[in-house]
Amino acid sequence: MSLLSVEGLTVALPPGGDRADAIEDVSFSVDAGEILCVVGESGSGKSITANAVMGLLPKGLPVRAGAIAFEGTDLLRLGAEPMRKLRGQRLAMIFQEPMTALNPLMRVGDQIAEVLQVHGAAADAARRVPELLAAVNLPDPAAIARSHPFRLSGGQRQRVMIAMALALEPALLIADEPTTALDVTTQMQILRLIREIQSRRGMGVLFITHDFGVVAEIADRVAVMQHGRIVEQGPAAEVLNAPQHPYTRGLIAAVPHGAAPERAAITGEEVLRVTDIAKTYRRGGIFGAKAVVRAVHDADFTLKRGETLGLVGESGSGKSTLARCVVKLVTPEQGEIAYDGTNLRLLSRAAWKPYRQRIQMIFQDPYASLNPRRTVGDTIAEGPVTHGTPRAEALGRARELLRLVQLDAGAMDRYPHEFSGGQRQRIGIARALAMRPDLLIADEPVSALDVSVQAQVLALLAEIKARLGLTMLFITHDLRVAAQICDRVAVMQRGAIVEQGPTRQVFSAPQHAYTRQLLDSIPGRGWTPPQL
Amino acid sequence: MPAFTVKDFWRRYRRNKGAVVGLVVLLLVMLMAATAPWLFPGSPWDMASAPFLPPGEMGMLLGTDSLGRDVAAGIAHGARISLLVGAVSTAAALLVGVTLGAIAGYLGGFADDAIMRFTEFFQTIPSFVLAILLVAIFTPSIGSVVFAIAVVSWPPVARVVRAEFLSLRGREFVQAAEVLGKSRVSIVLTDILPNALSPIVVLSSLMVATAILLESALSFLGLGDPNLMTWGFLIGSGRSVIRLAWWMSVFPGIAIFLTVLALNLVGEGLSDALNPRLARQRGGAA
Repeated sequence: MSLLSVEGLTVALPPGGDRADAIEDVSFSVDAGEILCVVGESGSGKSITANAVMGLLPKGLPVRAGAIAFEGTDLLRLGAEPMRKLRGQRLAMIFQEPMTALNPLMRVGDQIAEVLQVHGAAADAARRVPELLAAVNLPDPAAIARSHPFRLSGGQRQRVMIAMALALEPALLIADEPTTALDVTTQMQILRLIREIQSRRGMGVLFITHDFGVVAEIADRVAVMQHGRIVEQGPAAEVLNAPQHPYTRGLIAAVPHGAAPERAAITGEEVLRVTDIAKTYRRGGIFGAKAVVRAVHDADFTLKRGETLGLVGESGSGKSTLARCVVKLVTPEQGEIAYDGTNLRLLSRAAWKPYRQRIQMIFQDPYASLNPRRTVGDTIAEGPVTHGTPRAEALGRARELLRLVQLDAGAMDRYPHEFSGGQRQRIGIARALAMRPDLLIADEPVSALDVSVQAQVLALLAEIKARLGLTMLFITHDLRVAAQICDRVAVMQRGAIVEQGPTRQVFSAPQHAYTRQLLDSIPGRGWTPPQL
Repeated sequence: MPAFTVKDFWRRYRRNKGAVVGLVVLLLVMLMAATAPWLFPGSPWDMASAPFLPPGEMGMLLGTDSLGRDVAAGIAHGARISLLVGAVSTAAALLVGVTLGAIAGYLGGFADDAIMRFTEFFQTIPSFVLAILLVAIFTPSIGSVVFAIAVVSWPPVARVVRAEFLSLRGREFVQAAEVLGKSRVSIVLTDILPNALSPIVVLSSLMVATAILLESALSFLGLGDPNLMTWGFLIGSGRSVIRLAWWMSVFPGIAIFLTVLALNLVGEGLSDALNPRLARQRGGAA
């Protein structure tokens, strides 16, 4: 008998949704000592599945049909009280967002002890809490137990969450995208930790993720979800290397493969040279301690015409700040940003204006980067109109650009909220291209998108860049994306570029220890997606 | 935030029953103000009948005051002044508050500090005392009353607008506008302000209510325009004879109460309709 078996589970969506059921006829099982990964894009119903098992579905989403058997008990027929006993003790869950999942006013140790207390094991708390913190590889467990959550990093908090989930040695752990909010190096540590604890204790794990790299890293078996249905499931090696269903094949084909192809060195003239840039943030005023953050320092780089330079690094490494310095969204205190020989840093707002046409930017969050009160056509035409193009001509060009980014011309008079994330990102690209720039700065343009949409947008960027002969500064935290699109990469850590060179060289023979660490942390680096 | 469409807006507004009632009451008050010269021809200051007539007697719907003036005529003509003062002083306060708040929120840094300290300077003085002082200095007239009310009611607008601008300034679509090379004025007017309108609209409906109350209070104290009939003046003049002729104070009081309540209900309805997400959180989905 399986530890958990879900049979024909159907959960209804409230009327008026985009489909009748959130999940439909979902069946799978998890054995003790096994990791089942449920993969799917946003809206596929994977989190609903996890919440249904935990009995955490909101009222608006009733279970229509099916059964969830856990150690032989049907969870759907269980009353609230027995379910509460089971939760935490036999079934545990960890969530995506470690920054908000802990009570900010309670010491970490007390929060773990509370779990034990609720289930009547308070006597053991003093002994078990440090043990648990040690089990999730946190250094100095005694000190961590006394800290409040705000003192811990995202990765440390996620470890604490895992320690809480493990406190009562559950038989089944449900992990809902537990590493999505974390940096790659931290993600790898957490994945290893989950794997290690799972094999040590023989737990069953239901792991929800959207990332095939993570699947390759951790899964024993895989279930692929699309539109609320499981379209394919089987052993990890089989699904990853010989996918059968067209949707799975499409998803796996869209995964950036992480191997940098051989590229000819770019030999154009120099377009941009950034030297000695420094940006320091100071916090705190007359009272209280001053905090000084050196956001960018020692970050010199050059860009040649037609080249794509990738700035890679983890969150807080200063890569976005550096890119924003180039377009003067952030003003650095010193240094030189030489564009075609002019130092842009010293220019006034008015003197900068002509350069706005030549340097454009694509933003990260497709939901925040378009003005919600302006039509798509106006959004795209706005830049040229600002620089003196007659409105009719600018709108005509906007229509052409929509075609270039593969959107319908009917989009002109609609508002951004009517479009999906991928479509909005195309609109953002069209807005940047409307200025006919020759330098394009892309700040994590695909990190908020699903993997299949991400592949389309990357392909679009590559095509446009080749067709228009653009030079590009591409900021990303995803090394697999960088490998695919960049001619050269510069690795940033704590505000400084620690290594730069041709992509292939950096990926195959990294010089700096941090680069090696980053490369080792790419999830699923041992797996090469099959050519489909 | 979804784009603003009139149909959606009205559908969400209608969900709040109180707001619909408020809107109806407000429209009735406006209608009364607009038709006052026809309903009650002649000056409301003229003697219409015998003094101290109780409501209903000798064709006087709401009775007469100590000089035989028609209370109903006073209320209808007073509505014109109350609504006018409410609207004009709110418009003036919005102009100052939105401008200063926008500058402080968008520029930040020293401008922000300077403007906010200036705003706090006004906020530390009790607003009614300041209004009395201003009217007393400039001699009571409709102009000085409007001016005084505007002066004491702009600071909250400036604070709200500044907060909105601070959060919108960092949004990516504003940065995108910056990268497109748009001028500061055009970014503020076309990118930030339209997205900050909802709280301003809600706040201004409440400000009209407060302005009407302030004007009534000033008139009650005898600081209103001596040539204009207002609700506050009616209550003030009825105060000394309240045991003899209750109707002289009660009916203008009810008029003020209903108008202010209606404006508050409308404000709440606007807030629900313009921030559908918040309305749902409050459980107003039904």
